[in-house]
Amino acid sequence: MSLVADASNVAVLAADPPCYARTVNSWVCPEYVTRYAPELWEATVQHVLLTVTSVVLGLVLAVALSLAARHRPKARSLLLGSTTLVYTIPSLAMFSILAQATGLTPTTVVIGLALYSLSILVRNVLAGLDSVPDEVVEAATGLGYGRLRLLTRIEAPLALPIVMAGLRVATVSTVALVTLGTIVAYGGLGNMLANGIDDSFKAQVLTTSVLCVVLAVLLDLVIVAFARLVTPWTRGAAA
Amino acid sequence: MNELAGAIDLLLEPESWKGSDGLWTQLVEQVLLTVTALVLVLVVGLPLALWLGHRGRGGTFAINVSNVGRAVPVFAVLGLLALGPIGTATLGPYGRAGLATLIALVLFGLPPVITNSYVGVREVDAEIVEAARGTGMSEWQVFRRIELPLASQMVANGVRLALVQLWATATIAALVAGPGLGNVITYGFSNNSYDYVIAGAILVAGGALVLEGLAAVVERRVDPMRRVTGSRHDGLVQMPEMTARSRDSTAAES
Repeated sequence: MSLVADASNVAVLAADPPCYARTVNSWVCPEYVTRYAPELWEATVQHVLLTVTSVVLGLVLAVALSLAARHRPKARSLLLGSTTLVYTIPSLAMFSILAQATGLTPTTVVIGLALYSLSILVRNVLAGLDSVPDEVVEAATGLGYGRLRLLTRIEAPLALPIVMAGLRVATVSTVALVTLGTIVAYGGLGNMLANGIDDSFKAQVLTTSVLCVVLAVLLDLVIVAFARLVTPWTRGAAA
Repeated sequence: MNELAGAIDLLLEPESWKGSDGLWTQLVEQVLLTVTALVLVLVVGLPLALWLGHRGRGGTFAINVSNVGRAVPVFAVLGLLALGPIGTATLGPYGRAGLATLIALVLFGLPPVITNSYVGVREVDAEIVEAARGTGMSEWQVFRRIELPLASQMVANGVRLALVQLWATATIAALVAGPGLGNVITYGFSNNSYDYVIAGAILVAGGALVLEGLAAVVERRVDPMRRVTGSRHDGLVQMPEMTARSRDSTAAES
């Protein structure tokens, strides 16, 4: 009896191995997604955390540096020049250099990606602040607005659409770049992607690639929704 | 800082440049890949984008190709190509996985060239273009004498962005067992010899800065508007929602 049962088991296995089995190795494999759901979830969470931390850090630095440099032509061109240089350095080299100081840690990835975000965002923050018409600033000053109130009540809201556009670009690029964090072992979905490539594991490579793109689109949509919420006056113009 | 000294020793040591997996071979592969891909990108992308911009068509495609290019990880595309039918076969002087790497490079080099060239031509003041047509210029003359010079800065910026992108992408090829200088970095990481990691990073970052500098010099030489100051839009402020104005209305009137 047991022999028969074993034989039928073997038959079932032979006839129907899962599509992620080495012998089948399909690209598209829904069973892979269910079987590896916990690993995929963990990698996605790491991916999102690395992305959000980097972009938020980049944004804070970009705003601070832009505000400090915007009325000083020399500081301004120094800022734009140095961020262009930073943006030129390929991410693999960037992570390698940073890893000498911060080791194989998430900090290495976050600092590197924050620098790239900063480089994108500085341009948009400056462009946003420049886009505020001089007449508006003069009118507000005439009404007795101080510098802080001018910035928070007048300039910041008017600069917001261009800053938000930069935030979208920075976030989407960062989601893609996080994958390269795998060189220091913190790449979110990039770690699984790298393992998949090493093992020629097609289902894993395709699934994690698609997840990266889906994640980028979702985060982009979140920022678009947030931007609409905080700049309700742009809604008519966008249509 | 021991690693930095080690890396400099490594770079100054003639022995490390020799051999089939020496620094020289990797550097040549990387430069060859970047230059070949740039030529392909320019041959394919420039005429297409400039023509679309002149005709005022295909704006959705020309703008969105950059958004897609940003969202798709280079690493993922390299992996998909290497595991796919193209595989990791050696392609002449381009090294292992040469074809897969070259395809990935072209795919990621095209978006900045297409979007910037399209937007550059489209943003030429419609009144200037109308005035040029009014003086009896042919479509080719309008493009060659009016639109192209006015768009040249945006086009040049697109090419410069593409060049930097190509160099960076060629570095990543090493993560899928491909060619190029990234191999020096991955070799260093997998053997815990950080001299190699730093030496590779120095070559990769230095190469990128040299390319950026060369591109900036060329750009200044070819820019016919270089004496005109006050042009604010350099094509480097990132606007994903840049909408393409349609020329259909003016076309209908004329």
